[in-house]
Amino acid sequence: MTPDASLSALPTRAGLSAWVPFLVILPILGGLELLTRGSPFLVYISLMVGVNVILAVSLNIVNGMTGQFSLGHAGFMAVGAYAAAKFSMAMDPWKIIGVAVAPSDQIIFLFSLLIGGAAAGLCGFLVGLPSLRLRGDYLAVVTLGFGEIIRVVAQNSDALGRALGLSGIPQRTTIFTVGFFVFLVILVAKRLADSPHGRSLVAIREDEVAASAMGINTTAYKVRAFVIASFFAGVAGGLFSHFQSVINPMTFNWVRSMEIVVMVVAGGLGSTTGSVVAAVSLTLLPEGLRTLFNSLNLNAGRIDQVRMPIYGLLLVVLMLVRPQGLFGTREAWDMWRKRKPTPAATEEGA
Amino acid sequence: MSVFLQHLINGLAQGTIYALVALGYTMVYGVLKLINFAHGDVMMVGAYLGYATAFQLAPAARSGSMGLLVILVVAAAGCALLGLLIERFAYRPLRDKPRLTSLITAIGISFALSYGFQLDFGFFPGAAPRAFPEIIELTPWFEFGGVILWNSQVLSFGIAILLMLGLQWLVFRTRTGRAMRAVSHDHRIAGLLGIPTDRIIGLTFAIGSALAAVAGILYAIKDISITPLMGLYVGLKAFVAAVIGGIGNVPGAVLGGLMLGLVEEFVVGYTASSWRDAVAFGFLIVVLLFKPEGLFGKNAAEKV
Amino acid sequence: MSFRPIRCVLLPLLCVLGLGACERKPEVDDPSRRAARERSLEDGILLGVVGALTGDQASFGVSTRNGILLAVKEENEAGGINGHPIRIRAYDSQGKPPEGANAVTRLINQDGAALILGEVASGISLAMAPVAQAAGVPMISPSSTNPKVTEVGDYIFRVCFIDPFQGDVMARFAHDNLKAKRVAVLRDIKSDYSVGLVGVFKESFTALGGTIVADEAYSQGDTDFRSQLTAIKASNPDAVYVPGYYTEVGILARQAKQLGLRVPLMGGDGWESSKLYELGGSALDGNFFSNHYSPEDPRPIVKDFIAKYAKEFGMEPDSLAVLAYDAAKVAIEAIRRAGTLSGPALRDAIAQTRDFPGVGGTITLDEHRNARKKAVILRIEDRAAHFYTSVEP
Repeated sequence: MTPDASLSALPTRAGLSAWVPFLVILPILGGLELLTRGSPFLVYISLMVGVNVILAVSLNIVNGMTGQFSLGHAGFMAVGAYAAAKFSMAMDPWKIIGVAVAPSDQIIFLFSLLIGGAAAGLCGFLVGLPSLRLRGDYLAVVTLGFGEIIRVVAQNSDALGRALGLSGIPQRTTIFTVGFFVFLVILVAKRLADSPHGRSLVAIREDEVAASAMGINTTAYKVRAFVIASFFAGVAGGLFSHFQSVINPMTFNWVRSMEIVVMVVAGGLGSTTGSVVAAVSLTLLPEGLRTLFNSLNLNAGRIDQVRMPIYGLLLVVLMLVRPQGLFGTREAWDMWRKRKPTPAATEEGA
Repeated sequence: MSVFLQHLINGLAQGTIYALVALGYTMVYGVLKLINFAHGDVMMVGAYLGYATAFQLAPAARSGSMGLLVILVVAAAGCALLGLLIERFAYRPLRDKPRLTSLITAIGISFALSYGFQLDFGFFPGAAPRAFPEIIELTPWFEFGGVILWNSQVLSFGIAILLMLGLQWLVFRTRTGRAMRAVSHDHRIAGLLGIPTDRIIGLTFAIGSALAAVAGILYAIKDISITPLMGLYVGLKAFVAAVIGGIGNVPGAVLGGLMLGLVEEFVVGYTASSWRDAVAFGFLIVVLLFKPEGLFGKNAAEKV
Repeated sequence: MSFRPIRCVLLPLLCVLGLGACERKPEVDDPSRRAARERSLEDGILLGVVGALTGDQASFGVSTRNGILLAVKEENEAGGINGHPIRIRAYDSQGKPPEGANAVTRLINQDGAALILGEVASGISLAMAPVAQAAGVPMISPSSTNPKVTEVGDYIFRVCFIDPFQGDVMARFAHDNLKAKRVAVLRDIKSDYSVGLVGVFKESFTALGGTIVADEAYSQGDTDFRSQLTAIKASNPDAVYVPGYYTEVGILARQAKQLGLRVPLMGGDGWESSKLYELGGSALDGNFFSNHYSPEDPRPIVKDFIAKYAKEFGMEPDSLAVLAYDAAKVAIEAIRRAGTLSGPALRDAIAQTRDFPGVGGTITLDEHRNARKKAVILRIEDRAAHFYTSVEP
């Protein structure tokens, strides 16, 4: 693309090309939805993988791109899960006038996801505004504390079902919806990384004092990154609650937050591709171990007990062998770009 | 009034355990700027080592102060070794890598230890709690108006204070301590000045882990029940205590631990007990918002 | 390309609104699932077990698995079902609902389990039940006491009594037998079992004219209960209701004695385990708990079970192992009667369970698929539980 052409054509071209990824992905997702019918295990695993990808990619915006250290992602997920579930359950007897039951359910479900995301985003704002002034490890403790406080609130609230949690949440999540939000969070993460906003975040990661000296309002940028990440954690929570149909406080404890951090670091801090790959493989790893043990015909009563110790040791080995994570800070689309010399033109299609 | 005194005693007793574990967190953080998430699990291993040792001793030798000493020494030595191994193989190769990397190995070690100990075959103890043998006979040390102070509580408190004073002396009055402080300030420059960095960091891990082992034994004497997951809960709280006190600061860790013990105690005693954990973390957040370096931490200027 | 959040969010929303109509309700009669289900005994009998084998509820999950392993071993030694051996596959729920749902989905759809046994915690059973119900595979929970579990559908059963019954039994016992007027309650806030029982107890006891003088809480995994007990002691109760698990209650009783709280503690079936006496020692003497059976029960089936279990696993069974053993026996008995592994036939066979002689009492499943069993109240004396009284449902 020549400079003058890009100058004149940019608005409309960008406007049109913004649609291209959606036009590509939606039929694919629809196809996947049809293909996986009739294999509930595949569907379940895919949904679980999808939710974890959303969590890992969104946490990567805070922990990877911005270099902050949040340990409370499960807390935001919990906020989204409970908010979305409460809304859905309250709306369950209702349907939108003039729409058939199934699409009406899906529209209400979409609203409940947005409510879950918004509630989590709001919490992210309230937690982030004061605590993002803190230095690295202190932020980790505050976010961890926030996650635990959410758990205690849920345990103490009759409306949230105390220890038993909420059950009978309508099952609305499909491969299509999860796939769509996976796509959306990756797109947002990618666009964010490519934008001036994203470069400011990276500047904060590399040297916060220098970034601030360059005139970047570091707190504002950090809070924004935090709110975006929390929003998607909330959406992931909403998706999660609508295929589990049961949520309870212990599902969202700090060990869960740790698991998400592990995915982000194992994939490579700052690499969206890495987060995706790590989330997929670490979610499938326990299932893989099950299949392996089953095929080896090991003692059926005991196989599962050794999964977690093995998982722990694998983490240590992975970090020793590849401390920068699977992908470092590289992205799959960077490799694509190297071959095509005009990044601006291909950016949208990646 | 007697209820208040009883709460005070309970809170201090629990705070003592937090303080001892927090010391380990604070020391490791001081030299490496690493949150050693496996530290609570080292404490758990210490408690199980003590348990195993107690059953190796003859019943007569088990009880009494000699038995206690043997158990403490064996567990402390075992955990010091474990700490050295963890440092050597999981942290040292990553020392110059991003700090989050070592954090992941710490989580990995923590998972491997706590879940490994839950296995119910081989020499693993299994998930069910074990009752720690009564090494010292429980007798009231002081009793007044329904308030009872037990000898074990006095003993724990005494040991904790002694260890803290010893640590303070080590860090501020010896050559090793000076080397530790130098490493803590900047381990590369310390290396250039001829300080054996690796050995000092290893020593710090060994001391921190030995303290955790002592904490594990005192915890087991106080509360009897030991489980493979005990380290997760106590470790988390002790970490909070270390941060409240200003992580990297020895007296801060002890005061933070005692303070957290008392806060939890009074929340349970005088308000709704089900909110205990929330209040503990709320307290932490409030402290950090007003004193971002912890209550007793130094407010270091950021490097440009 | 600048980052434009509005477009990034609005655009996809429109798309989803447009294409949102692809909702699929779970159907029981999906052909592929029916194929997985319609197998005869010749294809091999696989029972799926889900329990917390790791994590903070691991001691309960391991007991449950052990009880089932023992039952299956016995049956296989006696020739299996019509000569076909029974196989077991046990997956770990780690004490988390999603892991439980995951395990049950895998067991039914990948591994081809004919029947699901589990979970202990009601919260996890509630996550598993919809999966089993949708696939048309029966699920028997050995020890989930929350009423909601079996309300999920007609494929979900349990072999234990439910919270409203057990909580009410203890409330009456406190009022009638202990003549208590002021009772303090202490709940395990992380356990739905404990929270549920305390809720029922409070309601029943106040309805009987008693007063709840203190309502305290602890968390599973705690070992220091002195703060709660000090507060309870200050409220001067006649008895304390602590329906937690033995992993905490043993030490709790010890600390209550140390603090000079000398009123009886009362609990539920979560107390029943030899670990309780190991942890609590003589401090437990004089306390009461409700249970499914008395370990002193002279029936040979009980004696036999305790001996076999001790021989197999090197420890004494707890109530969870007993219930799991019974659940497995009920399941095997139903398969034998049905003579097939098809879901609806198995479901009907289980539903017809009447007067089944279990270790933990005679099991009759009612129309809500819950076991109607009498409760016994045991008194602890000298590190053992002794029969005190029994209550009919």
